Amino acid sequence: MSEPCSAIPSENPFALTPLERRKKAAARRNQWIMFGFCALLIIPLVLILVDIFWKAAPVLSLDFLWQNPVNKGKEGGLWAPLVGTFYLVVGSLLFVAPVGIFAAIYLNEYAREGWVNRVIGITVTSLAGVPSIVHALFGLGAFVLGMLPAINRLLADPARPETRWEAGLLTASLTVAVMNLPVIITSTREALGAVPQSFREACWNLGATRWQTIRTIVLPNSLSGILTGIILVVSRAAGETAPILFTGATFFKFVADSGTAKLFPYGIGEPFMAMSMHLNIISNQISQMPERMKFGSAAVLITLILAINSLAIALRVWLRGRKRW
Amino acid sequence: MTSPLQPPAPAASPVGSDPARFSITTRDLCLWYTKFQALRNVTVNIRHGLITSLIGPSGCGKTTLLRCFNRVNERYGYVTTRGEIRILDKNIYDPDVSLIELRKKVGMVFQRPNPLPISVYENVVFGIRLHRDSDSLRRSQLDEEVEKALTEVGLWNDLKDRLDAKATTLQLEQQQKLCIARLLPLKPDIILMDEPCSALDVEGTQAIEELMFSLKGRYTIVIVTHNMAQARRASDECIFMLMGELMEHTRTEELFLTPRHPKTADYIEGRYG
Repeated sequence: MSEPCSAIPSENPFALTPLERRKKAAARRNQWIMFGFCALLIIPLVLILVDIFWKAAPVLSLDFLWQNPVNKGKEGGLWAPLVGTFYLVVGSLLFVAPVGIFAAIYLNEYAREGWVNRVIGITVTSLAGVPSIVHALFGLGAFVLGMLPAINRLLADPARPETRWEAGLLTASLTVAVMNLPVIITSTREALGAVPQSFREACWNLGATRWQTIRTIVLPNSLSGILTGIILVVSRAAGETAPILFTGATFFKFVADSGTAKLFPYGIGEPFMAMSMHLNIISNQISQMPERMKFGSAAVLITLILAINSLAIALRVWLRGRKRW
Repeated sequence: MTSPLQPPAPAASPVGSDPARFSITTRDLCLWYTKFQALRNVTVNIRHGLITSLIGPSGCGKTTLLRCFNRVNERYGYVTTRGEIRILDKNIYDPDVSLIELRKKVGMVFQRPNPLPISVYENVVFGIRLHRDSDSLRRSQLDEEVEKALTEVGLWNDLKDRLDAKATTLQLEQQQKLCIARLLPLKPDIILMDEPCSALDVEGTQAIEELMFSLKGRYTIVIVTHNMAQARRASDECIFMLMGELMEHTRTEELFLTPRHPKTADYIEGRYG
């Protein structure tokens, strides 16, 4: 107000000042540092993958997948552990998907806000952080030592020990299911929470019950997120060794080389082979194991998990592209 | 000057002796969000078949009051309500009141158009499908209802060839009209509108206001608005609220020309709000 407007300068009024030059240099330097750390993350990953697949190349073939392991896994293929992992995943999903999804729907859509709900939420989040070996011990105590004797008292013939159920697909599936339950609950709650509240209000204001709202609007619009959560859980179930270590996975189990017995090799009360367990044993328990068998198994397990995760990403992208609000 | 918490009693509501002339009446209605009191002893009589606007600065409780009329506030666990609300001369807190029937009779339109992410057709028949067994619905009947509802809101000519389009892809103005249209097959008596034009441009606003006029008489309309000019243009009666209290309720032109309460006068002259 007091000073008059200064005259228009003759030289460039927007020239870089020394301070700005230093700020610019710092900005560029920091960008390169961040890039360096990012490279630190990516480069070893790529090198490991290349190394594994390079060393696995001699054995990789469809026969490697289709044949059973021979001679403690030193020869042959991966069929028995591969099919075991498949049944483990399917079995655990049968338990975890309904329990997890319905629990999440209750927590998100029905339960009133309050301390009970918050305590449950915190508990679920904490459970997700429990190490898998702890879940394994829980599974051992609850299912192998607790549930199996009860089943055997009811179903097994005491005179014929072969009718007794052992730690196997059922107990391992339940253990993996318990491990994945908090993950499913959390991802499902997130998916449900992403459905705009205004849709629910629109339904309520037309006189819809909670269940009608969930069935007609909330579930159809959160299905993509729920499915993605399930698929990610599948890859975790396929990759973890710890939870199945004491609860049903075994090092070797004879599997028929042909016929339907090859497709359905394990009973639910029988020990089974699994990829993660197999890889663990042949990498450090058996002497003179050929390198190519170890790396071949690792390559197959990695490919399996990458494929499952890519499927989850593809599904998410596809379903996100379809919805518009 | 009288305390702003004590509105002059005679101005609180145009008092009538015949309850049948009012679609909504409340007595000493109080509402709390957890600890915060959002409505203080609101007593109001809203006339049947007219357009009544609710005005007042942000946070004065006008939307809260509106949301009491179909008890949708209760869906949130932290809301406590006290007092009496009579809709169509029936206390809606009576145990023999079905919330579902109440919400069919008292429809609501929101600030942000919220069509469901399904087709235009399905949006209109959504309410019918909710309230009738699926095997008792004939396609021809539904088609008829869709044409009737969309004609009533003036969308039929624009959308009759695009009934399968996803409702969320329409223009905002069309979305808002659709949100009104989907109430109509439920045969509501009252339509509550919560700032229905605030997301729309000038033409959209005008279209919705014209639609309100065409619906007047058949439905009682209560509209919350931030826009005083809109309240003045589009409503028969006007309610001014402040800090959770009803300050003044009279015919719209009276409220704007000869406000009785000084706070009303200050607000409509734009001194605050």
